Amino acid sequence: MAHIFILFKREFAGYFASPVAYVFIGIFLVLSSVFAFFIGGFYERGQADLLAFFNFHPWLYLFLVPAIAMRSWAEERKSGSIELLMTLPVSTWQVTLGKFLAAWSVLGLALILTFPLWLTVNYLGEPDNGIIVAAYLGSWLMAGAFLAIGMCMSALSKNQIIAFILAIVVCFLFVVSGSSIVLDSFKGWAPSLLLDTVASFSFLTHFEAMAKGVIALNDLGYFFLVTVAWLYAGLLIIEQKKAD
Amino acid sequence: MISVKNLSKSFGHFSAVEDLNFDVKPGDIVGFLGPNGAGKSTTMKMLTGFLQPTHGSIEIFDMSIAQHTKDIQERIGYLPEGAPAYGDMTTYQFLKFIAEVRGFRGKDKEQRIRNVIEKIELQDVVNRPIENLSKGFKRRVGLAQALIHDPDILILDEPTDGLDPNQKHQVRELITQLAQDKIVIISTHILEEVTAVCNRVMIIAKGKLLFDDTPLRLQQRSRYYQAVTIHLSYLADISGLAELEGVAEMEVEQKTGHVTLFPEPGQHILHEVTAHVQRAKLPVDTLFIEQGRLDQVFRDLTTEVA
Repeated sequence: MAHIFILFKREFAGYFASPVAYVFIGIFLVLSSVFAFFIGGFYERGQADLLAFFNFHPWLYLFLVPAIAMRSWAEERKSGSIELLMTLPVSTWQVTLGKFLAAWSVLGLALILTFPLWLTVNYLGEPDNGIIVAAYLGSWLMAGAFLAIGMCMSALSKNQIIAFILAIVVCFLFVVSGSSIVLDSFKGWAPSLLLDTVASFSFLTHFEAMAKGVIALNDLGYFFLVTVAWLYAGLLIIEQKKAD
Repeated sequence: MISVKNLSKSFGHFSAVEDLNFDVKPGDIVGFLGPNGAGKSTTMKMLTGFLQPTHGSIEIFDMSIAQHTKDIQERIGYLPEGAPAYGDMTTYQFLKFIAEVRGFRGKDKEQRIRNVIEKIELQDVVNRPIENLSKGFKRRVGLAQALIHDPDILILDEPTDGLDPNQKHQVRELITQLAQDKIVIISTHILEEVTAVCNRVMIIAKGKLLFDDTPLRLQQRSRYYQAVTIHLSYLADISGLAELEGVAEMEVEQKTGHVTLFPEPGQHILHEVTAHVQRAKLPVDTLFIEQGRLDQVFRDLTTEVA
């Protein structure tokens, strides 16, 4: 536990030692507001909720989370510091968890900094704040799943750009598998079981309910499982490739 | 105590290390020599638990590294090749991170950081980001990191690479100082370094152990060992030198005019040579005993397997 915390501290500070975290948070805040106000029609909807804001999170995370995840292992391998890290008396899962929690905290911080939107909606109307808290938690949880995929891709390649692109591709598959584009192409010929399976892999399907404030155990379980599975895959990959 | 048995490592079809066997005991300062790509770094990576061997076993303090990786890593200080570090951290932050991971807290931690900064003379760069440091300082930060927990085993991959002669001297002094009751393994391709700091030399090439003995024994393998080289101010008859007792061979280097007399194995010919020089009134202006040319021995040993 102590080890994870020390590793977490180092990683977290690392994000702020370079402009990475600031740029990320800045872009996240700007884009999420742009989406909420201009595309989501925050005012036009005339409803005191943040659905217009949360609905775009999967698409925002699709590009932004890989950007923050891409350096996690790739840089470590490129600079050779992985050799130092792995010969310290810490285990790979502690390192993985430390890295994940650090990046996840940066994402959490970015989410927290969207609080002016929450204040606005409270000023303009009387929203159900319970729903908003639940949606925030759901969004953060989903960000964790994106992050785990991004870290796994970062373990695959020493090159951060390749890691970034791979992560976007895999994340995209997970996002769109529930969208009408994909589902329509399955409709008509595929059995409904397959259709449901494909749809059930989607971040969109599982986030939809959470954005509305419904926290169901299966959605929570889904994001938790996806996160753990991809983190574990990343761990196996880095064990294999650390010396390349 | 390190005990390595039948150690092999291959990457796909390429075999980096083949069937190494050796023991290292406290007090040994082992110089790991070999051409580039000989398997030095791979062996070190296996000793530190970074890589798992394909075959064979490594036991350190009677513990198998496969089962007790962490326990062993706690007692090893390791400087990887190229001295990697986290560039965005300052020297102090980095050392603090290492000290914390190594389990030190509070006053003890601060004391250890202070000691190591003093020992390696890093005072001037304590608060500078590591990525802005010169190559020499980076290497020293890497060294400091390896020493912070006062390890029983010190494994240093090319510790003096990129240092200027003064820093090299300093690092060598430090290693000899530290080595009293520790195991030190350094890899290098600087041959003088081995005679300067090590009390044991291992030469590997193509993953095989070719030589494992003291630096003196390595020098003795050179035909130049105990040879006498002279230089004459002007031309004179030197034919008599070759006839001296104990002299096996004489060689004249055309370009410099240096005359080298090779002794028969185990013979010391200095006395005979100086006596002859005086008898024949040879105009000698330079005379010295060769210590053995390590580069020659190294070349002979390592090209045999090529």
